[in-house]
Amino acid sequence: MRSRNFVMVALLVSMLALSACGGGGGAVKIAILAPLSGDVATFGQSTRNGVMLAVEEWNAKGGIDGKQIEVVVEDSQCSPEAAVSAANKVIDQDGVKFIIGEVCSSASIPVSEIATPKGIFQITPTSTNSSVTVNEDGTTKATIFRACFIDPFQGKVGAKFALDSLGAKTAAVFLDQGNDYVRGLAEVFIEEFTAGGGTVLVKETYTGDDSDFSAILTKVKDADPDVLYLPDYYSTVNLIAAQAKEKGITAVMLGGDGWDSSELDRAALDGGFFTNHFSDQDTRTIVQDFVKKYTDTYGAPPDALAALAYDASNILFQGIDKAGKADPVAVSQALETGTFEVVSGNISYDAQHNPVKSAVMLQVKDGAVNYVDTVTP
Amino acid sequence: MGQTVFRPAQTGVMLKRRNGIWLNRFSQGLFVLLGLLVVYVLGRAFFQNPSVFVQQVLNGLQLGFIYALIALGYTMIYGIVKLINFAHGDVFMVGAFTSFYAVATLDLHRWPAWIFTGISDGVMMLIGTVTVIILTMAVSATLAVVMERFAYRPLRNKPRIAALITAIGISFFVEYFGALPFVFTNNYITYPRPFELSVFSAGMIAPWIIVAVWVFFVISVIAYVWLTYLSRKGNVQAQTWKRHPLLQFGLLFFGFMAVVLTLTGVEIQTGGKVWDLSASNVTLVIMGGSILLQVLLQYVVSHTRLGKAMRAAAYDKAVARLMGINVDGVITATFALGGGLAGAAGVLYATAFKQVHHLMGIIPGLKAFVAAVVGGIGSIPGAFVGSLIMGQTEVLAAGFISTPMRDAVAFSLLIVVLLVWPQGIFGEPPAEKV
Repeated sequence: MRSRNFVMVALLVSMLALSACGGGGGAVKIAILAPLSGDVATFGQSTRNGVMLAVEEWNAKGGIDGKQIEVVVEDSQCSPEAAVSAANKVIDQDGVKFIIGEVCSSASIPVSEIATPKGIFQITPTSTNSSVTVNEDGTTKATIFRACFIDPFQGKVGAKFALDSLGAKTAAVFLDQGNDYVRGLAEVFIEEFTAGGGTVLVKETYTGDDSDFSAILTKVKDADPDVLYLPDYYSTVNLIAAQAKEKGITAVMLGGDGWDSSELDRAALDGGFFTNHFSDQDTRTIVQDFVKKYTDTYGAPPDALAALAYDASNILFQGIDKAGKADPVAVSQALETGTFEVVSGNISYDAQHNPVKSAVMLQVKDGAVNYVDTVTP
Repeated sequence: MGQTVFRPAQTGVMLKRRNGIWLNRFSQGLFVLLGLLVVYVLGRAFFQNPSVFVQQVLNGLQLGFIYALIALGYTMIYGIVKLINFAHGDVFMVGAFTSFYAVATLDLHRWPAWIFTGISDGVMMLIGTVTVIILTMAVSATLAVVMERFAYRPLRNKPRIAALITAIGISFFVEYFGALPFVFTNNYITYPRPFELSVFSAGMIAPWIIVAVWVFFVISVIAYVWLTYLSRKGNVQAQTWKRHPLLQFGLLFFGFMAVVLTLTGVEIQTGGKVWDLSASNVTLVIMGGSILLQVLLQYVVSHTRLGKAMRAAAYDKAVARLMGINVDGVITATFALGGGLAGAAGVLYATAFKQVHHLMGIIPGLKAFVAAVVGGIGSIPGAFVGSLIMGQTEVLAAGFISTPMRDAVAFSLLIVVLLVWPQGIFGEPPAEKV
């Protein structure tokens, strides 16, 4: 037993030594941690596709400072356990210093807790929970960044859009009490909408299992608000919207990036607006180039996850380029001070490593989702 | 020897403990106070805004009728086999998916137009929808029979808990088997309705329809009263006619229709404000469908040979077998009927809420089960009444007490009913076996 342990340790040590040698060569090694199997496998596939596209582009240009980019892909399954073991593997065994991932906040947070003490750089494309980049005591994790905006931001943009562009005076808000994402958006929306002079007439909660919303919709119909804010995922929003139409509610429906799905019930939500990270109808050249290349490579238009993964990679590569060396601390400093033009807007970073950028407002109209406006709060 | 003696359960069993009289008085008092509080809250809501209150009652009615369809299957299977078939909610889910594929992939709801060109849209929708429902019922019935044959029959003579646990296992199996990408999907899918939804509100329904519905209702009531009078006088034929399914259907269907159509179709004004009530055609179809199936089921159970065999098997399987009844066949038929009902409920539920997914059966299944227990499990009218109570409880709790508490209130109903009437509202007290 003891001898077997000894062999194991010897093996591990030699592997570490070998990998340390491998990491020092003429390449920049990055790792993708994404859920490639399980419930949200499509999220992981889009993320991987987005990163690979950016890597191919940079390598075709001759790499960063003449160094080619090497990619290690690991399936982290959107679960804390799998993400931690994948992160340990890429850091210790593959000698990776730059991680792109995870997709889900619940997996990104434990990864950031491993990466921070080891001085590894991590950028998550899509994790919106604020504790990904911030420690419990409120200090910012030095080498952890994100490419997406955080939850409260969308509530703020939604409220601003309702007040200014729609001219709304009154609103109704529905929220799932048990879902942090929904609550985050809804609470900030209420705060901003009230602060901007609007009145929230109805605030109702439900649970994720509900499918009959007739009782609370009857209240909304009686109150007759200008907008109905539904910051939930498409599955619940579809149910509420269909029943709202049947009840004859005419309020404009508003939502967040949870609506971004091909399964969104576009007939029931006709005339509704939602905030999102990017739109493939955005006319900026960088967006149109990305959409064209992605569609040519993968045969389908990119979704927000692919766009954000592409952005996260570009931010990282531009950061390495700007810092002049593939060192996590130097890259972090480059990100903190720089501005980056990427698909989802012009990004600079605030003190908590959250991007300061704009959101796009999309409208569901006649069975299609159309780009309306870019909103900067 | 070794026989357990069951005494008929009495109402208020739990409150008749020998010692602790003050505790009993106290808890009785609490119950009464809670009841008064609920009455006060609902009463205040009614007088503050009667139109919203009545609309909520209409919402609750739709929900209740959906639960009724599911609860009928639960109660029937329990009545015959004494098994709570927890996989019933999943048969319901499979029904919803079957109709989804029939409508979305096969376009089956439009089949009359393939054969008879130039058929009017209304007739096509009617025939097509009925076809979809019948196909779905057949698929769900088959599934329920397969479940019975392979999962429950081998355990028929084992302790009842074994079958119950198997039922839970089957339920999980169907749910997660359905989640596989090559079976159904684990995504939430928007359901294309086989017929278009239209909403009725004041002035949209021709007055003659409302009058006609009322006339039919009044005829049914007069017939019922007259037959009751005759049967009191000892007329045997009148007693049979009084229980005729056509009369029951007339009473229930036209009664509910008359109330709903009058409320939505007639402009009611209070204090200068027009009541803005509405109901959709889906609500009416659900109402009609569940009343029809409920009456049909009662007809099958009380008027046919199969029903007679079912009742005999429910009473005593061993003796029924001695009398030459094919008990296995009867049980298979029971599962087929229950599965068919669940399938029909699946179609109507998906039509009402426009969404299908692989876990959709769990919550409606549980609530319908509670409704069946409230009404008295094993009793068909009990399942119907229990479901209507359940629907009202849920919607009124969400509307006037607190939305996050709707499920808490709905499931508390189960506890209260079990404490006060352990056998449910329509349930028969356990028979005395010595």
